[in-house]
Amino acid sequence: MIKRMVLYVGNPANARSLKKLSYLALVLVFVSDFFVHREHAIYIWDKIPGWGAFYGFVSCVVIILVSKFLGHQGGIMQGEDYYND
Amino acid sequence: MIDWFHPSIFFIVGAFLIPFLHGKVRQAYLMFIPILSVAAVFSMSPGTYWTYTFLGTPLTFGAVDKLSIVFGWVFTIACFISIVYALHVKEPGQHMAAFLYVGGSLGVTFAGDFFTLFIFWELMAFSSAYLVFARREKAAIEAGYRYILVHIFGGVCLLGGIILHYGRMGSVAVGPLDHDGSLSFYLILIGVILNAAVPPLHAWLTDAYPEGTVTGAVFMSAFTTKTAVYVLVRVFPGTELLVWMGTIMALYGVVYAVLENDSRRLLAYHIVSQVGYMVAGVGIGTDLSLNGSVSHAFAHILYKGLLFMGAGAVIEMTGRRKLTELGGLYKTMPITLVLYMIGGFAISAFPLFSGFVTKSMVVAGAGHDHWPVVALLLTMASAGTFLHTGLKLPYYMFFGKDSGIEAKEPPLNMLIAMGMAAFLCIGIGVLPGPLYQLLPYPVHFDPYTGEHVTSALGILLFTGLGFFMLLKKLDPEPTISIDTDWVYRKGSRLFMWFANKPLTVYEDYLGNIYNSWFTRFTLLFSDFFARVFDVRGIDGTVNGVAEFFIALAGTLRASASGLVRNYAVTMLTGGVVIIGYYLFAYFVGL
Repeated sequence: MIKRMVLYVGNPANARSLKKLSYLALVLVFVSDFFVHREHAIYIWDKIPGWGAFYGFVSCVVIILVSKFLGHQGGIMQGEDYYND
Repeated sequence: MIDWFHPSIFFIVGAFLIPFLHGKVRQAYLMFIPILSVAAVFSMSPGTYWTYTFLGTPLTFGAVDKLSIVFGWVFTIACFISIVYALHVKEPGQHMAAFLYVGGSLGVTFAGDFFTLFIFWELMAFSSAYLVFARREKAAIEAGYRYILVHIFGGVCLLGGIILHYGRMGSVAVGPLDHDGSLSFYLILIGVILNAAVPPLHAWLTDAYPEGTVTGAVFMSAFTTKTAVYVLVRVFPGTELLVWMGTIMALYGVVYAVLENDSRRLLAYHIVSQVGYMVAGVGIGTDLSLNGSVSHAFAHILYKGLLFMGAGAVIEMTGRRKLTELGGLYKTMPITLVLYMIGGFAISAFPLFSGFVTKSMVVAGAGHDHWPVVALLLTMASAGTFLHTGLKLPYYMFFGKDSGIEAKEPPLNMLIAMGMAAFLCIGIGVLPGPLYQLLPYPVHFDPYTGEHVTSALGILLFTGLGFFMLLKKLDPEPTISIDTDWVYRKGSRLFMWFANKPLTVYEDYLGNIYNSWFTRFTLLFSDFFARVFDVRGIDGTVNGVAEFFIALAGTLRASASGLVRNYAVTMLTGGVVIIGYYLFAYFVGL
């Protein structure tokens, strides 16, 4: 069973339907955030519906871009034999 | 009836029996010892046990309270799972090292005084180093030496701090230290945060763990940093400095994980990141955030062990560790993939997985105690966690471009160990109650509120969206990342070059400088130490003993005149005294 599921997910032929499922999940999660009670909100952003989705996406993009920038321009990434000379 | 038994004894004494057992008997024995220790933790009740006085200082081996019991639980459970994962390993040395390592970690957990703590602390450092050496490749041996050297440095800081603390306070009981800005406070703090892998003192971890053996790294991922977290919770609650250190840590690990190509090094950077949450929780210091740190350590040990087991299984079966060389394994290792993903969902704090019910406590702790920026940054780091551990690593390892490797599922014992860890990751997530019961402070926290679930899912799923949009940018690159270990890896070469080239050319010149400056400073320095440590501490003892013997020798010398007649008189006197004594005794007895 597990194997069949994994093979289904991995098969490139199913990429299109998986994509559709993922978009559906994104929309569901985004919309459901508008319908929950917010009695525990402490800060202003906790009160904004859809904040989690927005912040998650922005965080992801910022992390990737900043890290790659530091890695390439900041000189953190070096060849694999950097220490073996 | 024994009211308490130290679980470390099982491991430390038990380790020495391992080489004499073979085959199935050894495997049964290896599992039996952790089960005994789980039982020992189960039967514990709070109290103080096994206190001995050594040189006038009470040493306590069994300081048991809720905090030490919860760490006792997770250490013994993690040991059982890890040893099942390692059952197929034939070499007894690795099992012995692992047992001593676990014994050290439990010793620290139940230590009631800093001296006992320090001894077990060092036992951990040395025994765990063997788990790196045991891979026996050049890179591993070099990393092992660096690991030991860094830990010796940390140990010296810790010991120095303990001695200064003892000198000032006259007590070595383990408990919250006063935030008095004293040298002893900072030395102990440095010693502990080095083991907690707080940047810039973290590079030993990301340097050594990926070089360890497949099974050894699973042990290492569980014990050293979390033992340090335990000591932080115990000794440094509410140290504000730690809030920022922890927050920076959480993001630091994430940034390096983007750049990393080695699968286990990527996971190691996520240890740094996850321990950041615990360190920040300790710094905030409220009941909620301390509970968060402890519970997150508990959950982390299990899911990080699971992730290391998954990555280790791939290394074991394919012999490859770089993401650039892996891919397409989903067809041949589907069970490993699913078990790994459970760990990935747990570390990413998906609802119904363990990270969700523990990490959110730390973030909520930051929110409630008015650290909005910290709460936001920690949330950002958790997006990064999912990005790498839940998406990037499995994508490039199991999916992505097919590397054409013919792999198989790992041996059954490895799969069973991963299954047990996965079971606990889900179990804690679905039913957090039992874990919350174990925590040191009463819990008034419900992770499953509607808003929390939807916003957590929003963060995670939209991180996923970002991942697939920027997939091209994330392709792993065959590089290594420079970290603070540069200082002692390249910096030391710079030093050696300097010592060999210019230094020999200008030897006389530098020799003069050396004589006039360095020597003077060293002398000043040693003079200072001589006054503080030597005269007060060591000399006091040595002098006392010496003076006694000098006095004794003085008395004896008077008799050693070298004249035969004097000796004769002495012997005669002695004889008379002895005979006199017996006569006296005889008459008294009559």
